[in-house]
Amino acid sequence: MGFPVITSVANVLAHVPGLVRYGSKPLRDLAQEPARMDDIARHLRSYEDAVAYGPNQAFLGNIEPETLRTVPRPWFNAPDRGAPSEGAFGDLIGEAELLGLLKLCDRARLVQMDEATLAAAAKGLVGRRMAAAAEMEALKPAAADAIRRAVESGEAIPLWHGDRVVGSMARGHEADEALTANVLLENLAGKATGVLALRRLLAQVDGRLGPDDIEFVVAGSEEAVGDRYQRGGGNIGKAIAEDAGLRRATGFDVKAFCASTLYAVFNAAALIQAGTFSRVAVVAGGSLAKLGMKYRAHVAKQMPILEDVLAGVAVLLERDGGDGPRVRLDTLGLHTIASGSSQQAIVQELVMGPLAKAGCTLTEVDRYATEMHNPEVTEPAGSGDVPLGNYRLIGALGALKGHIPRTGVDAFIAAHGLPGYAPTQGHIASAVCYLAHAARAMRAGTMRRALFMAKGSLFLGRMTEMSDGVSFLVEA
Amino acid sequence: MELKGKRVLAIGERDGVNGAAIEACVKSAGAEVLYVETQCFV
Repeated sequence: MGFPVITSVANVLAHVPGLVRYGSKPLRDLAQEPARMDDIARHLRSYEDAVAYGPNQAFLGNIEPETLRTVPRPWFNAPDRGAPSEGAFGDLIGEAELLGLLKLCDRARLVQMDEATLAAAAKGLVGRRMAAAAEMEALKPAAADAIRRAVESGEAIPLWHGDRVVGSMARGHEADEALTANVLLENLAGKATGVLALRRLLAQVDGRLGPDDIEFVVAGSEEAVGDRYQRGGGNIGKAIAEDAGLRRATGFDVKAFCASTLYAVFNAAALIQAGTFSRVAVVAGGSLAKLGMKYRAHVAKQMPILEDVLAGVAVLLERDGGDGPRVRLDTLGLHTIASGSSQQAIVQELVMGPLAKAGCTLTEVDRYATEMHNPEVTEPAGSGDVPLGNYRLIGALGALKGHIPRTGVDAFIAAHGLPGYAPTQGHIASAVCYLAHAARAMRAGTMRRALFMAKGSLFLGRMTEMSDGVSFLVEA
Repeated sequence: MELKGKRVLAIGERDGVNGAAIEACVKSAGAEVLYVETQCFV
């Protein structure tokens, strides 16, 4: 048996300007200075602008990321008005649709939504084949005044659509900091976008496979589901599988900061390689906490707040998947405790490690997928072009090892790198968002080999000063 | 800059120079490090 095959990948987005206020940075700022909401509201984008935005079109697979090199910056001033919300890998849904999904995924009955929003959600989601008409019709709209009363009681936070409160999210306990309305909204947004990605994945394999054919789900999101006795207890993977209709599956979560989803992919591949399962899905929902993370810089520079989308990814791996792209489990790049936390040490382990195991040189890998964050989001806040920084380091290390000439770093980046295009949804931007593109190119015969590497900032959790990372080659 | 005898707050960045590396450098130059942190901006 060869290595497990990636048979399908879904990339989805949800435009949620009304939830930007609940991102960690805006939420903290608004608690101190509520008037900042006016600044935020003035800089939020319309759904049409989000759809027409080149990086979002690249994420959905309607254009290749490389195409962005031909689009003049700033990309938000170069909209493609003819671009569709339907993508090759998944759709960019609107806010009403996402709010409807929150209600659909709310097993604890903490979400209330008005009738008009549920109707708009049903129209959109059923039209996209992401929900059945019957399950949307079964959602009960909030009774008149119930939303206002829930918010005024202090037990729920309002859910906005445009300038209207259309719903509410209630807390799960009167004194549990792990079950506040804000925490639960973050978890439910992650679950809903994960469900959207997994449902899209099922639509892509419909006719060949059904929901009952997937045996196991590994989730690689960044939320922390749990209560006061087990904050971050987890298994959102199983919760997502339930609402995607995978009745015969179970699952678990993998947690490793932004490297989570890539860890999940290699764990799923390893479970198949071990003979434990024949089909495993990896899923990751979006990070509400990261909405508006750099909004202050965007507002100061008079640009739209670009961190207004939640992302989701789902990947199907199979034992008998034909000739598709395979996860080379024999090329894992791992950042060990002895590796050290300098960027050079990390890249040495995550790039040179897999290359050495595969017997490849730097230029024998067609594409390097690193942290594919959109530079238009990060540069205004002084965080630089993250993928470009990674590529310079990879190129420099390659030059040191003699794989490319010392003057060849820029040429290496042009030929083997990619422009950043992913929203700053850490675990999804970290390489896994390029799996769909690479798999498509490998099936088309235009790509032979790609390296996927993700880094995790473990030190942020204050339990260690270490970094982390994981990588592997995917080969046609 | 003369670092000997200075007290330093070291704020590193994941994609650039991390806090631990700054700490090691300034200590070797004779500074006293009061606080070290590494930030991640993505």
